[in-house]
Amino acid sequence: MSDLTENGPLQPTEVESKKTGRRTGHLLAWGGLMILLAILALGLDRSQKGPVSEGQRAPNFSLTTFDGEEISLSSLRGKVVVLNFWASWCKPCEQEAADLEAAWRYYQPGGQVVFIGVDYIDTKPEALAYLEKFDITYPNGPDLRTQISQAYRITGVPETYFIDQNGLVNNKKIGPFTRFEDITRIIDAMLQP
Amino acid sequence: MKYTNWLPISLVLGLVLVFTGSAFAQDILPSDDEVNAIAKGIYCPVCENTPLDVCPTQVCAQWRELIREQLAMGWSEAQIRQYFVDQYGDRVLASPPARGLNWLVYILPPLAILSGALILFRTLRTWKKPLPAVDPGVVETNLEKDEYVARLESELRRR
Repeated sequence: MSDLTENGPLQPTEVESKKTGRRTGHLLAWGGLMILLAILALGLDRSQKGPVSEGQRAPNFSLTTFDGEEISLSSLRGKVVVLNFWASWCKPCEQEAADLEAAWRYYQPGGQVVFIGVDYIDTKPEALAYLEKFDITYPNGPDLRTQISQAYRITGVPETYFIDQNGLVNNKKIGPFTRFEDITRIIDAMLQP
Repeated sequence: MKYTNWLPISLVLGLVLVFTGSAFAQDILPSDDEVNAIAKGIYCPVCENTPLDVCPTQVCAQWRELIREQLAMGWSEAQIRQYFVDQYGDRVLASPPARGLNWLVYILPPLAILSGALILFRTLRTWKKPLPAVDPGVVETNLEKDEYVARLESELRRR
């Protein structure tokens, strides 16, 4: 097929440059579309992944507690870490608050288990009132910019992750614990040599 | 004037001061409208797509009270907004901040509209453009050069 214009046929160089321009345009359009699809696929993959599961490496985080203490997960290697996500507005969290504190007091003298509370999307006065109400003494701090909860991809509160001495998620509980023994059973199994 | 006469006057003055003082204190507390004016630009981080001013949950009520306290302390709207972003992340904002991959949100829609307009323009131009006038001489010359046509012509001439 010949390339024609109102002024007659195009010169071969003009035809070639027109073709090159069209090809570049197509390449750009397809490239852009592919990049967009890749981003969408990554986003979908991430949203479909669900929470961090057993056997996976627990994402590292650093938390500034309400008392101003800095805690990072990596510094607790060699210990069992019980990571509990909660909020003062969360009614099911209240069900397990006393049992978690009792478990912390049970293991605290041994020094092999650390409990950490991550306060998810909360206001500080209400969070402090909650800690006082349930006499919670293990370290607790706010999840600033929801970075920790996003790293663990939590689905809500309460959620509790049991991280072993090697930094791997050994067990997790979605929803509240209703018995003290349910908590100690998991931790005791993790402390077995 | 006797000391006993001063007593009722001081009592009255004291009461007036107490009541006007509390009235001033009430004036300092921002109204619901002032709180909601800021709350409507901040989204509930728990119940998605719900602005704080209309969110019915207990936690949203706590956040509205927090905004009231911050306003009473003289915080600006930008400071309050930044506080919420620092605490709960970008999800509390009505529109994502223009950084990182968020740029796509701002770039892609206009780009798609522009591309669509360009395609439409080119298509319409093709429809409107008159077909180029064909020079019969050129056609004839081309036909003569065509080997198949020449062969066909010679076959026809033979019959």
